[in-house]
Amino acid sequence: MTYIAETIDVAVIGGGHAGCEAALATARMGHKTSMFTMSLDSIAMMPCNPNVGGTSKGHLVREIDALGGEMGKNIDKTYIQSRMLNTAKGPAVHSLRAQADKVKYSHKMKEVLEQTENLSIRQQEIVEVQVEDGKVKAVVTSTGAVYPCKVVVLAGGTYVRSRCLTGEHIEHTGPNGLKTSNTLSDSLKALGIELRRFKTGTPARVDARTVDFSVMEPQHGDKRIVPFSFENKEDDIKRDQYPCYLTYTNEKTHQIIRDNLHRSPMYSGVIEGVGPRYCPSIEDKVVRFADKERHQVFIEPEGENTTEMYVQGMSSSLPEEVQLEMLRSIKGLENVQVMRTGYAIEYDCINPMQLKHSLELKNIEGFFSAGQMNGSSGYEEAAAQGLVAGINAALKVEGREPMIIDRSEGYVGVLIDDLVTKETREPYRMMTSRAEYRLLLRQDNADLRLTQKGYEAGLIKEERYVKFVEKRAAIEAELERLKTVFVGTSEKVQAILEAKGSTLLRSGISLSEILKRPELEYDDFKEVDTDRPELPLEVIEQVMIELRYEGYIVRQQRQVEQFKRLERRLIPKDINYDDVYSLRIEAKQKLEQVRPISIGQASRISGVSPADISMLLVYLEQKGRMEKAQNDEKEEC
Amino acid sequence: MLFEDTIAAISTPVGIGGIGIIRVSGNDAVSIVDKIFRAANKKSLADVDSHTINYGHIVNKDGKVLDEVLVMLMKGPRTFTREDVVEINCHGGPVPLNAVLMEVISVGARIADSGEFTKRAFLNGRIDLAQVEAIMDVIEAKTELSLSQAIGQLEGNLSKSIKEYQDLLIQIIARIEVSIDYPEYDQDEPITEEFDQELEELLTKLQRLLKTADTGKMIREGVKTAIVGRPNVGKSSLLNALLEENKAIVTDIPGTTRDVVEAYLNVDGIPFQLLDTAGIRETDDVVERIGVEKSKTSIEEADLVLMLVDSNAGLLEKDLEILEQIKDKRVIYVLNKIDLDNNITEEMFKEHFSNGTVARISAKEQSGLNELRTEMKNFVIKGNTSISNEATISNQRQKQALINAIKSLEKVLDAIACGLPEDCLAIDLHDAYGHLGMIVGESLKEEIIDQLFSRFCLGK
Repeated sequence: MTYIAETIDVAVIGGGHAGCEAALATARMGHKTSMFTMSLDSIAMMPCNPNVGGTSKGHLVREIDALGGEMGKNIDKTYIQSRMLNTAKGPAVHSLRAQADKVKYSHKMKEVLEQTENLSIRQQEIVEVQVEDGKVKAVVTSTGAVYPCKVVVLAGGTYVRSRCLTGEHIEHTGPNGLKTSNTLSDSLKALGIELRRFKTGTPARVDARTVDFSVMEPQHGDKRIVPFSFENKEDDIKRDQYPCYLTYTNEKTHQIIRDNLHRSPMYSGVIEGVGPRYCPSIEDKVVRFADKERHQVFIEPEGENTTEMYVQGMSSSLPEEVQLEMLRSIKGLENVQVMRTGYAIEYDCINPMQLKHSLELKNIEGFFSAGQMNGSSGYEEAAAQGLVAGINAALKVEGREPMIIDRSEGYVGVLIDDLVTKETREPYRMMTSRAEYRLLLRQDNADLRLTQKGYEAGLIKEERYVKFVEKRAAIEAELERLKTVFVGTSEKVQAILEAKGSTLLRSGISLSEILKRPELEYDDFKEVDTDRPELPLEVIEQVMIELRYEGYIVRQQRQVEQFKRLERRLIPKDINYDDVYSLRIEAKQKLEQVRPISIGQASRISGVSPADISMLLVYLEQKGRMEKAQNDEKEEC
Repeated sequence: MLFEDTIAAISTPVGIGGIGIIRVSGNDAVSIVDKIFRAANKKSLADVDSHTINYGHIVNKDGKVLDEVLVMLMKGPRTFTREDVVEINCHGGPVPLNAVLMEVISVGARIADSGEFTKRAFLNGRIDLAQVEAIMDVIEAKTELSLSQAIGQLEGNLSKSIKEYQDLLIQIIARIEVSIDYPEYDQDEPITEEFDQELEELLTKLQRLLKTADTGKMIREGVKTAIVGRPNVGKSSLLNALLEENKAIVTDIPGTTRDVVEAYLNVDGIPFQLLDTAGIRETDDVVERIGVEKSKTSIEEADLVLMLVDSNAGLLEKDLEILEQIKDKRVIYVLNKIDLDNNITEEMFKEHFSNGTVARISAKEQSGLNELRTEMKNFVIKGNTSISNEATISNQRQKQALINAIKSLEKVLDAIACGLPEDCLAIDLHDAYGHLGMIVGESLKEEIIDQLFSRFCLGK
């Protein structure tokens, strides 16, 4: 029996990182939203690593914040260690990473959801999405409640038809023994959605009381804390930090693994899902890098008020007793007690090539999908998609054009474009090397890149926007001013240079020129630059990066212009690729599958060659001309 | 317009005719040529009417005159490509022509890919449907579309080398990317250590490859072929017979061919640059001595020597002297006057001609010339050339891409020296990788369209 429960605007299926961002976005944009989760106790849960950010993922979180998302603010509230990675490697790849208090992270997020207007959260399993005339109509719960709605955001994470494997032991559950959804897959398949089976895994959690930290290398947080959220200041969020610890595997560990490989479901063939290469299990590492004598193992706290420690680097699906044996072979873990056993998890996800850049399914209007459901991995990747799907679901309800972020505007854009364009055969992880315009897409300027978009969509409030506009203007003004301030060969200036080991001046030079020297800092010229305005640190930081890397930045901007030209060359929606002369069969199939919106997107599809693109251009030109000729004829009649 | 950059190329066939035309097409065509053109009437090109011819000089950045030219200014869309087109008619022969092209490039244009003007004409809607279809037919025939075997072989070697260089580069890039994306993990290999050294080595290899551009030119612009033989043996007659036109002065008086005459011969698509030589002999005549010296130089430079022998006269002392001079060269022995009695014995044959191939002709009766042409072609195709086993850059486009790759690598090394961070280094490393890819394309398959357009004379 079913009954009509409530008519809503937006149904969000799933309460993980994607679901939370999506639900908050639609509700904040003023639309009546219900978020359905199988467990209210596991909202924004981190079933794997206890951290947020890291290389490129940190960039994503900053971008989420710039667009008006929640993840950055939530980790700022709940971090227990914060570090800026890659500080020796240049501004483009500086990456913020924080250790989270997992439980607090989840609780704080739930609190935010509960206090958001227009948003209700329900502990219910969605078993069916109803579609009529190619349009979303309603979602149905396992208890028979029907929620008629305008749009759906699917954010099922790894909970769809999932099973967890530890050696020969199989549990048909989602992560952490939580309930899995076995019926939703059937509903999706019935709607003609193509599903895939992916795999990932997590290591054991151990009891801190049984770990000998004295033989490990501690890793402490940074003294200077950079908040994830552009709305937070360092002083607002400063707190005590907890260290992580580094130890190593050894030959004995590896021998134990080798002796028991036949019991790993990965190697015995029990697992059908495709796992990620970038996040291999310890079994994988030992097999694939046989000559490596040791692998790093990080012991990371899972929270402030718990003794649970995450054993990073030891993801495994070996039997429980083997996991224990191998952990105990590691220095400092000789007497370790396991609190949770590691496992591999297999789950259903959709083939993201069925999605538009707005994350709406091409074939079902109003049906959006986000997160691990789209074949990505990672909390940050999920949250970023959830936010974009949420914003676009809301825009859909409003009858507005979707918000699309392209590859030159943000990692979010790279992530989504890769997902919907490129064949991903493993869970997709963000990496800085996937971004073509890395030097432009820095974590420090995410607000400058995306606040405007968040504002236009309606997620950034007026007050914040005004501040942002002021900051942008201050940067521009200071860059201009520095061009007009000249320093000469005065004793004062030469003394500054000498003190910094910098070449002395022979003639006058503008501050904007001399500050390009890597050994010089903005503050060095404080005394000679008497009209200098009082500027916040983040403005000075932007000014200095712009000056120092100007050559590279300008070059990348030029590349972006080239890129945008191809993005603007649109392919008609009704194109029939069979009509395109001389396309190779493989290219035709790929183009048919992706149905790219622009020549630019088409050129990024794997299996579509530059020659195919030229063929396509020729066809479009020819077609355009024929249509023009026809129109001209009509006019004559 | 679809294309924003401005392209330039020599649009007349290499080495033929006194006038050469450089075509420049694109948004900036007019302003680019304006930078190096000094009109006789002192007017700037920006101020003259479209579709006019303007007389003046091309000067380099130091103000030195490179050539006396006529510049034809054609503003879009009434042009071949529908873009602004400027054509520079040069008069000074191949050397100034190339110099002018390089000057155009240095002030902002880039070298056009083969057939790129046609491609632009086509994509900008200049060519009509029938022409488009004709081009499509060529695409259809793509499997039959193959380059001459000689060039194919060269490109095979080139692809192999480029692939190897790309692999080296990708290893370095991968190391950087890993260090960036996985900062917390320890590396088996140190990242920047030896890294600049590896790049230096790669740079040296690329620079070596760049030098082969001149060797590759042989295939592209002509196999340098010296015709040698004692005076009056019929060298000019042979040259003319091959060219089927009277270009060199042919006379019975020994020593009238005083200059090295350059001419071009097309044998099944392979160009040969024929260097006629004055009779090689010691002489007191000063004017002729110059000619003789030039001949010797020609022989040294030649990729292929055609040694002409009068089979009726047999081998004379002077023939033997010449044989001695060319003993280290690749030679086709051309026995002329086979319409008369043969006075060269089997022994002479074995003793003197066994290091090369032989063709028998009669320049007077125009017979045996096809046999000779076949031998010349075989010289290239069968790999009788010294260049066939190493990677060779064979055209301007490849050369330009290689130069770009080298520049990018130099930027990386500079950046390392300046202590710039990895993310900056990566930009130029990726660029270098891309430029290398431009040389060969990801695979020939992917270059079909370019191949297609290559079949249209460049610049047309």
